[in-house]
Amino acid sequence: MANKYFNMQLDVDAFLPASAEEKAYMVQMRPSTTFFRDGVKRFVKNKIALISLIIIALIVVSCIVIPFFWPYSYDEMLGVKLGRPVDSSYNNLAPFEYGETEQERIAAGEKIFPHLFGTDSQGRDYFIRIVYGARISLAVGFFASIIVLIIGMTVGAISGYCGGKVDLVIMRIVDIIYSLPDMLLIILLASALKQTKLDQIIQGTVLEKIGANIISLFVVFGVLYWVSMSRLIRGQILSLREQEYVLAAQAAGARGKWIIMKHLMPNCISVVIISTALQIPNAIFTESYLSFLGLGVNAPMPSLGSLASDALNGISSYPYRLIIPAVVISLIVLSLNLLGDGLRDAFDPKLNG
Amino acid sequence: MSEMTRKPLVEVKDLKKYFDINVGMFKTLPLKAVDGVSFDIYRGETVGLVGESGCGKTTVGRTLLHLYTPTSGQIIYDGKEIKTSADIHEFRKKATMVFQDPYSSLNPRMTVSDIIAEPLDIHKMYSSPEERRQKVLELMEHVGLNSEHASRYAHEFSGGQRQRIGIARSLAVNPEFIVCDEPVSALDVSIQAQVINMFGELQDKLGLTYLFIAHDLLVVRHISSRIAVMYLGKMVELTSAAEIYERPLHPYSKALMSAVPMPDPKIARESHRIPLSGDIPSPLHAPSGCPFRTRCAYACERCAMEVPEFREIEKDHFVACHRVEEIN
Ligand SMILES: Nc1ncnc2c1ncn2[C@@H]1O[C@H](COP(=O)(O)OP(=O)(O)OP(=O)(O)O)[C@@H](O)[C@H]1O
Ligand code: SF4
Ligand SMILES: [Mg+2]
Repeated sequence: MANKYFNMQLDVDAFLPASAEEKAYMVQMRPSTTFFRDGVKRFVKNKIALISLIIIALIVVSCIVIPFFWPYSYDEMLGVKLGRPVDSSYNNLAPFEYGETEQERIAAGEKIFPHLFGTDSQGRDYFIRIVYGARISLAVGFFASIIVLIIGMTVGAISGYCGGKVDLVIMRIVDIIYSLPDMLLIILLASALKQTKLDQIIQGTVLEKIGANIISLFVVFGVLYWVSMSRLIRGQILSLREQEYVLAAQAAGARGKWIIMKHLMPNCISVVIISTALQIPNAIFTESYLSFLGLGVNAPMPSLGSLASDALNGISSYPYRLIIPAVVISLIVLSLNLLGDGLRDAFDPKLNG
Repeated sequence: MSEMTRKPLVEVKDLKKYFDINVGMFKTLPLKAVDGVSFDIYRGETVGLVGESGCGKTTVGRTLLHLYTPTSGQIIYDGKEIKTSADIHEFRKKATMVFQDPYSSLNPRMTVSDIIAEPLDIHKMYSSPEERRQKVLELMEHVGLNSEHASRYAHEFSGGQRQRIGIARSLAVNPEFIVCDEPVSALDVSIQAQVINMFGELQDKLGLTYLFIAHDLLVVRHISSRIAVMYLGKMVELTSAAEIYERPLHPYSKALMSAVPMPDPKIARESHRIPLSGDIPSPLHAPSGCPFRTRCAYACERCAMEVPEFREIEKDHFVACHRVEEIN
């Protein structure tokens, strides 16, 4: 039919003013529910994700709280007391064993806090070292993800919003970084940064406390891991940019920054949060193997990776010293991954329509 | 219309908008979505813009508001040409748009009050949050929305209500001119009438000027004082609403009008339909000369050679056809 677009759906009677009933019909509402509340509802239904969240919360809270009241510190060699010869009975204690002087005090009726996981080869309480190690690993994972998020989001948003030549150049750079073997590159970068005498540069600043190695870890993450984040964001922005409400905002007078901040970012925020959550275990894992290879945190600061690495020396006599940090790493990485998956299932807009 | 003076509010002169379409790896072809359109809109009137899907109506509306950068041509608003980005920013306070799709044109993450107030936020047109709130409530009342729903999200509303939100938003800056791009075609028939009525009421109350795009001739007939017919990126006829229904001059308009159902069966039986044969050509490969010649019963050699000029055949009656005098 040639005239299918010029149809006769309307008749003149339809143009009478609306009656009161019709008006009442117009204001009927569905119960109010927001995207966020929907997502939370779906998330709570997901048992695995919920358990992962609880485990993560427990680990995080204990990492923060335990060092405050634990009677031993991570770098205190229990056998070394001022003005006395080194008491080697404190080295390599098995779980719940005590050093010689401690046994004497127990015999005298004193209560001594037990060494839950024993001590290491230098007589340091192993439990608190694990706690500190987890603390470092989590902090590295978290801050590295934030760095990745900031760089990736900025670059991705610019690339997606500007399009054209800018997009082309940025995406080729991303492709190049993407195609490099990242394990190799990380190790090269980390050892190159070790040579730069970073420690001297940062001496006397706040950065000194963090340690040169951790800073170079962050540099490694910052340089390498933003690419997948920026790709993701760019893709999101590219498709959101074509949405009619962006044009509607332009019609209202909005310009670049307003559109990015008010329309594009809020609509890809759930994707951003989810992929950041999935980025954390990735960073923790990388930190662990770098520390395992001796490229990670500075001694005496422990991280889960360096603890596992140290434990290798005594693996036949003290296998639990390798097993414990390995289990903690696995627990953290696994629950973060499951949590991220759960978040994606609950909040991914594609499943929501 | 009494308040209508003969000085145009909007003047469009030879407006062109070409989109570059990729064909093959490194080759692009210009898609002439709008190809040399000129018309005036007078203060207080409604100009209806009709034409088949894909003929470039939306593109005219959006280019007119500088949402698309014109390939060439002039847009003159209230005697002043809109050119620089500062002009455009000022222009946005006077000319707004109601979009075709009430679903995709409202941001799903914003509340109704934020959507309606966004133009005010952008132009900083209030001095206190209280003033903003008052303004939003007033606008919601204008379009018949329950003001208790201001903090809800757009997805909680029906199509008709959403379109009201879109209209309230377009009214926020107190504009003089609104481009309405098929504002009712996504709505239920029963709601279409209500929304169209509302456009009329708002026009009377606020003294608005509309460019009203539609593909449904009956919709524009009800609301428009003048009607423009487009075909393949060009305007083929422009005249008063009464005239175009009674005495269309362009062969394409004739075919369209003959397809409009007549309320009176007697007249309907007497008037004969002029069928449109063939399909609309693709705007990428528009025919030479008159764009309508591939489907026109009166096409002659000249029609393939020369582009017919859009001229004033009679007073206030513009037609683009070489043979208009012979035919009628
Ligand atoms: N952003 C764009 N990029 C490329 N081509 C476009 C773009 N917008 C529109 N077009 C093309 O321009 C032509 C006119 O489109 P337009 O949307 O203006 O038509 P329309 O008359 O509004 O149709 P409808 O009644 O379906 O809304 C079409 O062929 C369309 O494919
Ligand atoms: S110019 Fe020729 S082809 Fe075009 S409408 Fe007129 S008669 Fe038909
Ligand atoms: Mg359209």
